[in-house]
Amino acid sequence: MTPLIEVHELSKAFFGIAAVKSVSLSLNVGETLGLIGQNGAGKSTLMNLIGGVVHPDTGTMRFKDAPYAPHTPSDAQTAGIAFIHQELNLFTNLSIAENIFISQFPRKGLLRSIDRGAIRQQTRDLLASVGLDLDPDIQVDRISPGERQLVEIAKALYQDAALIILDEPTTSLTARETERLFTIMGQLRSGGKALIYISHILHDVHHLSDHIAVMRDGALVAHDPAANFSVNRMISLMVGRSIEQLYPPRTSTPTTDVALSVKNVTTAGIVENISFDLHRGEVLGLFGLMGSGRTELARMIFGADAYDSGTILVEGEPIKKPSPRASIRSKIAFVTENRREEGLLMGIDIANNISLVSLPDFARTLFDVVNQSEMLDSARAMANVLQLKSGDIAEQPAKALSGGNQQKVVIAKWLLSRPSIFIMDEPTRGIDVGAKYEIYSIIDRLAAEGSGVLIISSELEELIGMCDRILVMSRGELYGEFPRAEFHEERVLRAAFREQDLPVLPVQEPSSAPAGKEEV
Amino acid sequence: MNKRRFNFVQFLLNNSTVFLFIIIFILFGLSSPRTEAGFPRFWSPENMMNIIKQAAVFAGIIGVGMTFVLLTAGIDLSVGSNMYLSVVVAGLLMRSSGLEIVPALLVSLLVGTLFGALNAFAIVRLKIIPFMTTLATLVIGRGLGTAFTSSQQIDFPERMNAFGQTMVLGVIPMPIVVFVLVVIAAWFILARTQFGRQVYAVGNDIEAAKKAGINTDRTLAMVYIISGFCAGLAGFILASQLGGRVDRSFGETREFDAIAAAVLGGTSLFGGAGNVFGTVLGAVLIQMVGTGLQFNLVNLYLQPMVRAFIIFLAIFFDSLREANLKKMKRRFIRPLEVHRADAGD
Ligand SMILES: Nc1ncnc2c1ncn2[C@@H]1O[C@H](COP(=O)(O)OP(=O)(O)OP(=O)(O)O)[C@@H](O)[C@H]1O
Ligand SMILES: [Mg+2]
Repeated sequence: MTPLIEVHELSKAFFGIAAVKSVSLSLNVGETLGLIGQNGAGKSTLMNLIGGVVHPDTGTMRFKDAPYAPHTPSDAQTAGIAFIHQELNLFTNLSIAENIFISQFPRKGLLRSIDRGAIRQQTRDLLASVGLDLDPDIQVDRISPGERQLVEIAKALYQDAALIILDEPTTSLTARETERLFTIMGQLRSGGKALIYISHILHDVHHLSDHIAVMRDGALVAHDPAANFSVNRMISLMVGRSIEQLYPPRTSTPTTDVALSVKNVTTAGIVENISFDLHRGEVLGLFGLMGSGRTELARMIFGADAYDSGTILVEGEPIKKPSPRASIRSKIAFVTENRREEGLLMGIDIANNISLVSLPDFARTLFDVVNQSEMLDSARAMANVLQLKSGDIAEQPAKALSGGNQQKVVIAKWLLSRPSIFIMDEPTRGIDVGAKYEIYSIIDRLAAEGSGVLIISSELEELIGMCDRILVMSRGELYGEFPRAEFHEERVLRAAFREQDLPVLPVQEPSSAPAGKEEV
Repeated sequence: MNKRRFNFVQFLLNNSTVFLFIIIFILFGLSSPRTEAGFPRFWSPENMMNIIKQAAVFAGIIGVGMTFVLLTAGIDLSVGSNMYLSVVVAGLLMRSSGLEIVPALLVSLLVGTLFGALNAFAIVRLKIIPFMTTLATLVIGRGLGTAFTSSQQIDFPERMNAFGQTMVLGVIPMPIVVFVLVVIAAWFILARTQFGRQVYAVGNDIEAAKKAGINTDRTLAMVYIISGFCAGLAGFILASQLGGRVDRSFGETREFDAIAAAVLGGTSLFGGAGNVFGTVLGAVLIQMVGTGLQFNLVNLYLQPMVRAFIIFLAIFFDSLREANLKKMKRRFIRPLEVHRADAGD
């Protein structure tokens, strides 16, 4: 049997720096290929070559047993390749239905107007197949990131392509949505579709793939049946050395000084009576399902969103007019969950992105002139620590970084401001294992230096690995608290799912209230 | 309770231009001179008709074309010059070879469209940013027009004036009918065709549009061509309203009113948001202010400032609305009733 797709010695360099080096791969009908590699290894670039987004410098491809050289993404679509990009590619000002059909609408009548009845009907069916119960006419900016990701998947299903590329599709999905995606992938596979699946969650890759390909620095370093891999082998192939531990040992213990105190914070319909203290030197975890109000709470603490009542005290001082500026002045840092939308100036160079928040620190002279060389040095040092894979950080714009490296820039930006309170929303999502370890080490160091760190995460393992204490949030309320000695995966999960009454913060279940968004 | 007040503010902001419109309409009416019967002359049907007619020729038709361009996050500064150049070519041909009205109109449309295509070529093929391209063609267009006319005013044959005074069905001035047709066509294109929806997509995120397989070059080219077509049309109709006299300042600064009309009507300068009905409202509002100031005999030199101030106000409301919309889009996690019950005890 000839493979569905074959790539032969593909290479691609950006401004003289190789991103993909002579990669050869093939994939058969009905097979799933798992593609892994560190941030910046070239995974997305390789897929962009296949998807016609960028063009190879050298090398050839064959698809469906014919030469294949796409000039544009629409060439790839026509040939039968659907591509779900790492970043969301929906138009927030259009409806779900319009997004699915944007490149080719069914049309009717003399004036060739869009057949709106048809797209609505087909969209409803497609959404049902990905487990979404949404009105096809809703504008995309009104739906959650997870729902948007599922719409992208529905869009790929509609194309009925022979090869479907999924570049880190689960980063914004809830646990339940992820399960749904895996089921769909199983169905596609048995329906004879070929899939390429990219993810940093190695368990998933191992579990879903027939073959696994590992990239390192643009080159393919392994390509074998999945059975030949263990997660450890995957890691050492990716990183080029073996990693014994995923989490660094904690080097300090929390103090009793309160850095941040949240008292009775309430916002109607969003969070209810939230109170907790974050101590200096403490790493505090905030666990909850997606949609439990964790992100909203973090935004209120940072002053990005208003709250109805309650008080927030920093070092004992109540914040009177909450705003991000006021927070930054009180040395609060906030790594947002939506790093692409909220965190980066895409057209600006990396160095300036990194030093954005700390610019005043580099402008100590009379006229606030920024000390360029000092700024660059600090930015470089930070980029080094986080193993940023990039060209010259003073030249390269943020948009020319790989997805994971963009996230590192956002984290670097806040780290450089030496925060005394550090709030991180999903800090390691989309980041490779090696760099994760570095980020954990920095968190530990910050705590050792006396900062209070609040980590929001849906990866319980990571919280258990790093935190001194874990708070559980559910439906906008704090629903459990676990000190390190009582960390127990199942109990924490149960609290998040509200499957048990906890003595710490007993809450009455509202009797006939509609369920929160992501209750399973 | 909290929620209801919030929605009211939102409602006001969402329709800020409409409210501004109504307030200005009332104020100018109350302060305008009266007829013998005591009826404000500003509110007379003839005056209203006049305002709409002038709105159509001064800012409306080109405003519709501008809406297409702004939706893609572009800008077309050359429309005023394009109006002038198109009508000059048509007028010279009418005088030299006795062209009739309809062929002359077609000439004007053709020149306008080609001029738009020139913009499109520079922007899409030569990759010069729209602001610079259309700033350059603004100068070029007017330069060509003055060269063709040796800087002289051109007087159209009398039939141009007669054409301008045409009443459709005996009562509706021709420019209003043309405007209505343009608006309906533009609405249909933007809301109901594949090209129209792709215009919105390109304005929202051009990189994503490329990845989605949209031919973004073609989409961008088309919006400048449409804007050029509208300029050719608006130039011809405006000349007919001015009694067929076109001097070298014809169409100058029209681009400002066209952009203002679109933005007043809720079209975003950052692309992806807006529609033609808003532009109609914006164009009429601008014209109403102009006419109202004349009615109230405001100092001639103050008029542009007052107009600019009102446009500023509208845009200010628009940014307030944006900020407020963000808040509105927050997702509720908890049922609101629970909170009320809690607050009660
Ligand atoms: N448009 C571009 N211009 C310049 N360099 C680029 C561009 N796109 C990617 N690169 C570079 O190519 C390399 C590979 O990037 P790629 O996006 O393929 O990584 P990746 O394996 O997908 O990483 P991640 O896991 O972070 O998504 C990176 O070093 C990146 O900086
Ligand atoms: Mg990538």
